[in-house]
Amino acid sequence: MSINRKIITKNAYRITKERGKTALRVRVPGGHLPVRHFETIKLIADKYGNGSVHITTRQGFEIPDIDFKYIPEINKIIRPVLEDLELSIGVDIVELHKGYPAAGTRNIAACIGNRVCPFANYDTTDMAISIEKEVFPNHYHVKIACTGCPNDCIKAHSQDFGIIGMTEPQYDESRCISCQACVKNCKKKVTEALTFKNYSVVRDEKRCIGCGECAMKCPVGAMTRSSKKYFSVVIMGRTGKKNPRLAMPFMKWAEKDVVIQVIKNTYPFIDKYIDKSLVKEHVGYIVDRVGYKKFKDIVLDGIEFNDELEVAESINFGGYWYERNNCFEKPV
Amino acid sequence: MGYRLKPKYFDDVLSALSKHYDIMAPALMPFETRHSAQEVVGYRKIESLKEIVVDKKTFFSPKEILFPPRETMFYFTDSKIRESEYEEKNKIILLRTCDLNGIERLKNMFLNNGDVKDNYFKRRFESTKFWLIECDDGFDSCFCASMNSNKADSYSTAIKFTEEDILVDSNDNMFSELFKSYGVEEDYKVSFIEKNKLEVKVPLSENINPAVFEHDIWQEYIKRCIACGRCNTSCISCSCFTTHDIIYDDNKRRGERRRVWAGCHLDNFSIMAGGHDYRTKNGERMRFKTMHKIYDYHKRFGKHMCVGCGRCDDVCPEYISFSKCINKLYDIIEKENDK
Repeated sequence: MSINRKIITKNAYRITKERGKTALRVRVPGGHLPVRHFETIKLIADKYGNGSVHITTRQGFEIPDIDFKYIPEINKIIRPVLEDLELSIGVDIVELHKGYPAAGTRNIAACIGNRVCPFANYDTTDMAISIEKEVFPNHYHVKIACTGCPNDCIKAHSQDFGIIGMTEPQYDESRCISCQACVKNCKKKVTEALTFKNYSVVRDEKRCIGCGECAMKCPVGAMTRSSKKYFSVVIMGRTGKKNPRLAMPFMKWAEKDVVIQVIKNTYPFIDKYIDKSLVKEHVGYIVDRVGYKKFKDIVLDGIEFNDELEVAESINFGGYWYERNNCFEKPV
Repeated sequence: MGYRLKPKYFDDVLSALSKHYDIMAPALMPFETRHSAQEVVGYRKIESLKEIVVDKKTFFSPKEILFPPRETMFYFTDSKIRESEYEEKNKIILLRTCDLNGIERLKNMFLNNGDVKDNYFKRRFESTKFWLIECDDGFDSCFCASMNSNKADSYSTAIKFTEEDILVDSNDNMFSELFKSYGVEEDYKVSFIEKNKLEVKVPLSENINPAVFEHDIWQEYIKRCIACGRCNTSCISCSCFTTHDIIYDDNKRRGERRRVWAGCHLDNFSIMAGGHDYRTKNGERMRFKTMHKIYDYHKRFGKHMCVGCGRCDDVCPEYISFSKCINKLYDIIEKENDK
């Protein structure tokens, strides 16, 4: 059997442990899918696979147990999904009948966001789609996820880019009844950014993470949400076999355009510094090698910053290193 | 005699009146409160018809216009006291029958409750005109008819918003003249809702005895109520307030006394001097509120305090229904009475 592995992989089919069998990965940008596409997924799984589908952690579908020879046929069948989920949002796909044009930059995941969730500060699916059309198709391995608030249900902290929704609390003192619902809640659940002084609420801007809890708790609408939506961005979180770690804060109070531009600028950074001797190198490892400073200089280059934006001066990535974990012993 | 006005002429009326009045009406608030991308309808100053929202009930009641959430009562310097001034424009409030009845309930509390009249409420009330918005079918949580608050006569002008035009009927000469010059005569008289989708049976006061205070019905609310206080802050008839003395940071001999809304579901409401809190359980707060709304107030003023606007049902994050609570209480008390 002769197949070009690289072409297959870039077409969103993977090499599986069973010789001759592949699996197709279907992207669902923002994790929200019109149910009519289940018909297509079902058709492929029933006719070419084994009648089952795996729901991936990145909110896609992986249809296993497919013979390589059916790839061209399946690519024609999957076309309406590509048209609806990619082409229609502005993703540039030239040859629609040939299936997915890339698989490196992974599906952009999103929590359910403010379409449903009471905590979410923005429409995460909408944001994921906005990012998708700027970064896809691309062969570089980048993981991005959008989460509505710092609860981070999508686990944005384990991505290369985690986008977290923020709102800037607006305090109308004339409506405040000094009940301290916001103050008590912020102390218990958040960062104690709010304090109570002379029967009014004082917000410590340095401590505030823009989660919106105070606006949720206020029974009179004295603490409300800003009309402008902001984002904090955490970067270079990962799992993996060397140094699993949570993503670290990179920007806060960023506007949507700034976030998208930073992600776009990451691709020339990767292109410049990637270790081409490896099959692939994740962006986090590149940042580790060349340093945060270089990353920052390149990704912020040419961006029109919004006034509120703050960027991390330095980042001390944590996590643990498997190779340094030598303190294990047999239990007594 | 009523009048029919085209929307653009109604706007002309509003703009003519805005020289002398702030026109306060149900409208989309310029902010998002609890949830992002969720509209909040409340009371604010409006300038045109298109701002007025009539297909949704307001989250907050118009009470805040006459009884603001936070208001400075007086300022003090050394031994001198100066009452706060009231310099706001006169107001027209567009409101529904339940709310107009609710304002009557507030008026009882502030102006007819003992010898002293509350000047802060009085000066706002006396410079306000009430325009009654005619209800079509009401909303799902309304129970004004059950509370005898489905009718009112203390309005200056009644308005009906139809698909095309605005019908008005004014008892106020000044407004009548204005409507006459912008509209055409039509025989319009406000009509009231006779029956809501929701029916609430209120137990008779004489059948309520202290035994019900200990009834299991309140146990449920100990677990369910989270004491967020929204039922109080959204209520048209909740009139409780507390006062705070604010001493200015830069001069400790000067300051002001403010009053702010208080609510029986909110923490600190029942804390006495010395720090003892006698109503800590949320079920006890629910009991207190219920008894005040459908028992205590009635004993003093001959009407129930609750006007059945149903906002407390609409705003409760735990989906506790006050109307259901009253109905449950009715069943318990009337069953007891049958024995």
